[in-house]
Amino acid sequence: MKSLGSIRRDFAPWNDPNAKPYIQFDKVTKKFGDFTAVNNLSLTIFEREFFALLGASGCGKSTLLRMLAGFEEPSAGRILLDGQDLRGIPPYKRPVNMMFQSYALFPHMTVEKNIAFGLKQEGMPGADIDKRVAEMLKLVKLEQFAKRKPHQLSGGQRQRVALARSVAKRPKVLLLDEPLGALDKKLREETQFELMDLQQELGLTFVVVTHDQEEAMTMADRIAIMDKGEVMQVATPAEIYEAPTSRFVAHFVGNVNMFEGKVAERTASATRITGATGAQIVVDNGSDAAAGSDIIFAIRPEKIKVSSKKPVDAVNALEGEVYDVAYLGDMTVYHIKLDDGQIVRASALNASRVTEDPLTWNDRAWVSFRPDAGVVLTR
Amino acid sequence: MNATWSRFNITSIVLGFAFLYLPIVLLIVFSFNESKLVTVWGGFSTKWYVSLFHNQGLMDATWVTARVGVISATVATVLGTLAAITLTRYTRFRGRVLFSGMVFAPLVMPEVITGLSLLLLFVAVGLDRGFLTVTLAHITFTMCFVAVVVQSRLVTFDRSLEEAAMDLGAPPVKTFFQITLPVILPAIISGWMLAFTLSLDDLVIASFTSGPGATTLPMKIYSQVRLGVTPEINAACTILIAVVAVGVIIASIANKRREMQRQLDEQAAQRG
Repeated sequence: MKSLGSIRRDFAPWNDPNAKPYIQFDKVTKKFGDFTAVNNLSLTIFEREFFALLGASGCGKSTLLRMLAGFEEPSAGRILLDGQDLRGIPPYKRPVNMMFQSYALFPHMTVEKNIAFGLKQEGMPGADIDKRVAEMLKLVKLEQFAKRKPHQLSGGQRQRVALARSVAKRPKVLLLDEPLGALDKKLREETQFELMDLQQELGLTFVVVTHDQEEAMTMADRIAIMDKGEVMQVATPAEIYEAPTSRFVAHFVGNVNMFEGKVAERTASATRITGATGAQIVVDNGSDAAAGSDIIFAIRPEKIKVSSKKPVDAVNALEGEVYDVAYLGDMTVYHIKLDDGQIVRASALNASRVTEDPLTWNDRAWVSFRPDAGVVLTR
Repeated sequence: MNATWSRFNITSIVLGFAFLYLPIVLLIVFSFNESKLVTVWGGFSTKWYVSLFHNQGLMDATWVTARVGVISATVATVLGTLAAITLTRYTRFRGRVLFSGMVFAPLVMPEVITGLSLLLLFVAVGLDRGFLTVTLAHITFTMCFVAVVVQSRLVTFDRSLEEAAMDLGAPPVKTFFQITLPVILPAIISGWMLAFTLSLDDLVIASFTSGPGATTLPMKIYSQVRLGVTPEINAACTILIAVVAVGVIIASIANKRREMQRQLDEQAAQRG
């Protein structure tokens, strides 16, 4: 069985036409004065999904999250949670909890009291609260810090207290606003996997807002790429990376080479493209761009093979010169200047310690790729 | 920086501190004077302190001042805190600039004018001058000081704390009393102490708005001094200075300790 990316995803309610949507944004618009933060946006999230909203700052992702939490009301449109319209329901009555970017731990309360706060509000009996708090402390491995105040904890510990406090009430949905933004790189990577395990363990629906594409790719089942208050694409990380539907998405996630050109010919199985500078490219992964239309051909660096001689069986091969090489250890990055002047970025995994075909600056070189290695973009 | 004590440095420090503290030191020294003549040293004695406690007029005035101070500081703290919250939180209502200007104007208003205008008001509404009027007047002029202190704290207050509390199920009123109030409490306490101190040493406004039977300590001291300074007054002032000094010292030591503890905790947390 063929699939995009290297992970087989068995949990995919978005492909099931009978699956019931859990969170629905229905033509939601939010305006702050003249500024439109979210523009006529529709989005569906499923139960137990780990959903990421990814975008640059000011793209409206945080506003979307705050509307779900109830801190902002949409100017137009509806938000439904499990079939219930959330309009007019104040934050303290919504079955969602949020983990704040600043963690927002109550400075005058101990770790224990912070975690118990939400449980007390819903009138849970004292003995049950103690039990749940102990359970939460164990979950985030902070048992011995129960009596500490937030300022007596390190950044990573504070993050875990914030997490424990927000899941203590067993919300239907957990909202996470840049949950790992304040942690250093190493801790962030560890915590990403911890969050994924936690979501599996508790069986909750997670909606996370982030500007870090690696974070979104690692953790999420699906990602919504946002720009200027609109959703550009909603798909699994593999689809976002391997089959972007627009220049913006292709550019936003990872590195990409783009060739401007026209569709020269379309047959049942393949599309032949003539690049703006004359390069001939054949694509066979089912583009529906009509013959003669202007398109962009996008291809990721690691899909391009670099060699000193023209590969015999290559469908797509372009000649040029090595412009720059960088050896990064796990891989080598080449910048090849094609004879038509365009610079192509290619990367090769250093799967073995010795290379048969070493290249250096100003060597003649060929870049080649399979007909299904890139995508044709029409917008 | 040059850390050595040059002659110039020493001279300027001595002159500066003498300028600040010589009058007070003189007052304290003469409160222990045996002689009834204030300017002539007649030997050491604590008899004026004893007679002070038998001076019914002074004791009454002290009691009035304490009550006026506590009541007016408390009411001013409540009103000033509410004003500060409104002015920092609801930034978009009409006339906010006018309102904030009006709350803070009494800070720079000459006391004579505040006192006179309050007097006119009390006369106009037919309120007899006495304990009530002086308390009301003190509330009016100390409230803006509380508002300034509390507002400066609220500006740096992290609103996401309140959002987190509401997110966890606390309605707005509960959020205010369980989260906002405890976090800004130190500022509110400093506001109260400032208001109390201001009320304690106010002479001008009290003279305008007080009436018979509600003479405050500063008024009493002032009226007695007009009949000639007695060592008794020196003793009363010395006690007042001692009370204020002890209060300030305790407050700053407590502050320093808390700060040091906090730094230690944070260092410990960073180590893991």
